[in-house]
Amino acid sequence: MSVTQQILIIVVVVAGTMITRFLPFLIFSRDKETPQYIKYLGYVLPPAVFGLLVVYALRNVSFTSFESFLPELLAVGLIVILHYWKKNMLISIAGGTLCYMILIQFVF
Amino acid sequence: MSFDNHIATLKYAFPKTIPILAGFMFLGISYGIYMNSLGFGPAYAILMSIFIFAGSMEFVAGSLLLGPFSPLSAFFLTLMINARHLFYGIAMLDKFKGSGRKKPYLIYGMCDESFVINSTTDVPSYINKGWFMFYVTFLNQIYWVGGTTLGSLFSSAISFNTDGLEFVMVALFVVIFLDQWMKERYHVSSVIGITASVLCLVLFGPDNFIIPAMILILLALSSIKKILEKREVIS
Repeated sequence: MSVTQQILIIVVVVAGTMITRFLPFLIFSRDKETPQYIKYLGYVLPPAVFGLLVVYALRNVSFTSFESFLPELLAVGLIVILHYWKKNMLISIAGGTLCYMILIQFVF
Repeated sequence: MSFDNHIATLKYAFPKTIPILAGFMFLGISYGIYMNSLGFGPAYAILMSIFIFAGSMEFVAGSLLLGPFSPLSAFFLTLMINARHLFYGIAMLDKFKGSGRKKPYLIYGMCDESFVINSTTDVPSYINKGWFMFYVTFLNQIYWVGGTTLGSLFSSAISFNTDGLEFVMVALFVVIFLDQWMKERYHVSSVIGITASVLCLVLFGPDNFIIPAMILILLALSSIKKILEKREVIS
């Protein structure tokens, strides 16, 4: 690929990304009242999207053997316990991440 | 807004972005190293981080640049990988209203992490909501571009063992999900999100499950609209 072609590919990727971000705002501009159905979606979607993001972040975890997903399982378990106990986002995130790093660097 | 107000808003926004600081520094540095390993100079990684600003897509774009020249397939691949942003936009339609001239930037910079923080934070009354969301988005982009820059410039100098640090992003999403779970009265939408995504992951595999999962979530949420309204789950 020539440099011009590379730039064109990057421009296309930027355009595609921006379409996915701007489209809802372009369709439902502020002049018109947002349809009831879209308002409903705007209200109920976030919890479902957070669920989707959790699965998305863990999508490459392998379930071929128990050991292959044990670090993820233990770290997520620790996050749940920490979060219900301390209710502090930073403690839960730092605790879970450190636990995962120690597990994959020294245990598994 | 006065200078003091800006400082107060920044002071309120920064702690919310600390997990992103850790995650984006690590992932950004990884991206810089990755692009360097593909043979691209720092300008590529840095400019792509500024203009694309969508982590997973940038990694894919790096490999696209090495393949055959095919803008059309690059375009559709981008739409598919980033389709989840459509949901973010729908969820933020009301929240971004009244943010004025900052709105185009809020939309442009709405990566997963900025969406998550901006949609879940209940900003106290003494903080301007629009500027809070602006600073969250802007800080996150600084972390990402900063990490990319460091990685592409100093890739050979980084030597301590960072294996597993990427888990910080997983941890963030799990915590956001838990926060939502602990605060909501009904778990219908959360359960739909997890179930539909796991089902589609099993059926379609890790590279193709997002769009089917989005469609399934839409169908499920639409089909229970009447029931939810009857039970006054939503006002």
